Amino acid sequence: MKVTFILNHQEETWDVHPNDYLLDSLRTHHIVSVKRGCDTTSCGVCTVLLNGKAVPSCSILSASIDGKEVVTVEGIAKEAERLSEFMGHNGADQCGYCNPSLALSVHALQQENPHPSDADIRAFLVGNLCRCTGYHGQQEAILHYLEDDQ
Amino acid sequence: MKLIKQPIPSVDGKGLMMGRPAYTDDLAEPNSLIVKVLRSPHPHAKIVHINTDKALSIPGVELVLTYKDFKRIPFTRAGQGYPEPSPHDKFVLDQYVRHVGDEVACVAAKTEALCDQALDVLEVEYDILQPVLDFEQAIDHDVVLHPEDEVHEMFPIGYEPKRNIAASYHMEVGDVEAELKKCDVVINETFYTQAQMHAMMEPHTVNARIDFQNRLVLYSATQTPFHVRRIISQTLEVPLSKIRVIKPRVGGGFGGKQSLHGEMLVSAVTLRTGKPAKMVYTRKEVFEASPTRHKMRIKMTLGADKDGTLRAIDCHVLSDTGAYGEHALTVFMVAGSKVLPLYNKVNSVRFYGDVVYTNHNAAGAFRGYGAIQGNFALESAIDILCEKLGIDPLEFRDNNMMKEGETSPIFAIMGEGTEGTAMTMDSCKLEYCLHRGREVSKWNEIYPYQQISPTKRRAIGMAIAMQGSGIPYIDMGSATIKLNDDGFFNLLIGATDIGQGSDTVLAQIAAEVLGCDMDHMIVYSSDSDLTPFDTGAYASSTTYVSGNAVYKAAMKMKQMMIEEAAKRLDADVDDVEFDGTMFIANTQSLTINELANRLYYNDDQRQLMATSSYVGHKSPPPFMTGYADITIDIETGEYDINNYTSIVDCGTPLNTMLARGQVEGGIVQGIGMASYEDVKYSKSGRLITNDFVSYLIPTRHEIKNLTTEFAESYEETGPFGAKSVGEIGIDTPPAAIANAIYNAVGVRITELPITPEKIRLAMLRKDEQ
Repeated sequence: MKVTFILNHQEETWDVHPNDYLLDSLRTHHIVSVKRGCDTTSCGVCTVLLNGKAVPSCSILSASIDGKEVVTVEGIAKEAERLSEFMGHNGADQCGYCNPSLALSVHALQQENPHPSDADIRAFLVGNLCRCTGYHGQQEAILHYLEDDQ
Repeated sequence: MKLIKQPIPSVDGKGLMMGRPAYTDDLAEPNSLIVKVLRSPHPHAKIVHINTDKALSIPGVELVLTYKDFKRIPFTRAGQGYPEPSPHDKFVLDQYVRHVGDEVACVAAKTEALCDQALDVLEVEYDILQPVLDFEQAIDHDVVLHPEDEVHEMFPIGYEPKRNIAASYHMEVGDVEAELKKCDVVINETFYTQAQMHAMMEPHTVNARIDFQNRLVLYSATQTPFHVRRIISQTLEVPLSKIRVIKPRVGGGFGGKQSLHGEMLVSAVTLRTGKPAKMVYTRKEVFEASPTRHKMRIKMTLGADKDGTLRAIDCHVLSDTGAYGEHALTVFMVAGSKVLPLYNKVNSVRFYGDVVYTNHNAAGAFRGYGAIQGNFALESAIDILCEKLGIDPLEFRDNNMMKEGETSPIFAIMGEGTEGTAMTMDSCKLEYCLHRGREVSKWNEIYPYQQISPTKRRAIGMAIAMQGSGIPYIDMGSATIKLNDDGFFNLLIGATDIGQGSDTVLAQIAAEVLGCDMDHMIVYSSDSDLTPFDTGAYASSTTYVSGNAVYKAAMKMKQMMIEEAAKRLDADVDDVEFDGTMFIANTQSLTINELANRLYYNDDQRQLMATSSYVGHKSPPPFMTGYADITIDIETGEYDINNYTSIVDCGTPLNTMLARGQVEGGIVQGIGMASYEDVKYSKSGRLITNDFVSYLIPTRHEIKNLTTEFAESYEETGPFGAKSVGEIGIDTPPAAIANAIYNAVGVRITELPITPEKIRLAMLRKDEQ
């Protein structure tokens, strides 16, 4: 079946199988910034923005995105690049596997709550697991990034 | 120093956050065959019949492989130096399955859906065998896991497969029994540590293709690409010269990618079909079919004089290696060798025990690798002893622990699988770490606890730890530096960046020596065809071992450039000064880009490349103290970690930010192991915790505050004074948290993880007494 949707600000029409999940469709179409981590919507590394909301793409049927807007990290490249500078200077650069999804979640948080507290950030990003950094460096980086943006 | 001890952002951070293709699956051939594995539903069974006809009749299914398709060559999946100290007890596919999730057969098809269809119609008849599920009953059990004739040890490791013993070991300094009899106070306690999962975000992933030179090319998310190449060659009988292993970015390893996973089957599929193939483990497969930390039982006996002098340590360990003996002996030995020397004033010390086979998922390498298990037992036992002696635990440690310039006989006796290497602690700032930690953690204000409400107490506990820096005389690294036209460099290293940031730190070392900026040092790591040999990223070795190789190669390159510049400047080599951009002699100067362009296009034409190798002659331990500041609800046993203070002596931290990240990542994994991470099996041997819903790892919700500081320390034998920092962070949380819980509510939890239920039950039992 065909779905027409906006991917990173450009219209796309893809042929998808009714059983396909968005994660698989994206990777099949070489959008490899979206990673596979757990298959059970628990780890957050497959996050995309669907109509502006951060969602795990492993739980979204590709058939359901017709007429919707999908943003991956390529769609927020400038923001991701800037966030990466804060990550690098706060000891939060490690394997990087969860980083594109983290950039998307931080972006979604900023849209919903431009002045989040430390606790707001933790609560919003709780579904973005990271096994390398111990979170502390990431948290500092995100706080500095958001402050700098204001 | 321009770059050393600086917070340099990692060389790959920006590209990775922007989602550039970098990881193994990102680089797979788009038309790869998908490889999937049929996994055993039984913990122990013999395959009596497999019918593959129906699966093969599905259009698009290209290949089905069973044990009948492989020659019986036993090997170990452990990526270690050769010959390995792990028994060769695994076959690519075998007629026996030894844990739920063990490989039965594999299928290769055009799509994942076709693979699933094929797996569904594979007909397998099992003769179900009794499993061995209690590791304390494994030795001399009626059921033997590895009765086959082919399994063997590579050199003596105490291997007795007929008794379900994968390895055993015994060492003793002095006479422990006699020494204990002479002690005023003796305590003994049995501790249990659980299996833990690495839970790195990127699942195990591999892809293979045959290139235009008819060679097998693998992209693998591995910590040990050169060991992967060797093991594939030996096991699939392909000449080493026909295999190339490339390690792209790796999404976390922690030891979990120090073993082979899909590499054998994917290689076999590509070799037989000639087609590209790939395998990405599902998360369920990561849990059921990749290694865990070794579960251990540790019986610890300590003897001391009334004045607080520790005189004897006796440590008996039983370790559960699961179905295969990967890293069985070495993890076991580290539980002693990187723990017991902490208290080096004793007259006598004994360390002995066995590693046993059970029908659990195989255990393997995991950050902390034995040390975290041993540390939990020893550092808990020290607090128990202090309580009995009525001596402050910090004062006791200060009086009995390792100090700078001292040694322990254990270093010479115990290595990893073999004898050790004698060494003195030329750099050891453990005393500083202890005192600074007391100050930063506000120990004096909190210890043992503060009542902060009728139901809540704040308490503090601590532990000390040591680790190592590579395996002396075994693990080697090498580096090649190439000068390019226009005067920038390539650094080619076999060392494997698995997310710890070694590409950055090694580039920093080379750039510091050569005086160039980081963006003039372009790193390529871990391509077995292009980069020089390195044993891989494990044993906290990369900065120390590979870093020394990089340092030597950079010094060589500098000398080569100065020699070439001297020719051009018509000067003696000794008179040429080089500041990173300019060669100056006899009032003349030459820039590095002029030199490079001249070398490659004009005069004295010659490519400059420098290669060096390094193998450690000692393994200087990093040291640390960890202080856990907790709040506990005495009605429920629930506790929060308010702050975890780490004071670390890793020699010179070459990159202060990456070093901090390594410590804090380790601390949080250690907190997970201390608090709730637990690999659980049902009574019938099925893994219960096989996804992130049932196996919990810390989220950013639980991690409130981490305070990390480094001691001023310099290790003469390390590059720019560095020791390792990869593993040490994980070691202290279990004992520090157990000690904090005791200080808070007076109950001693000896079995990890320390859950609210265990605390409450212990409190109830204590109240009853």
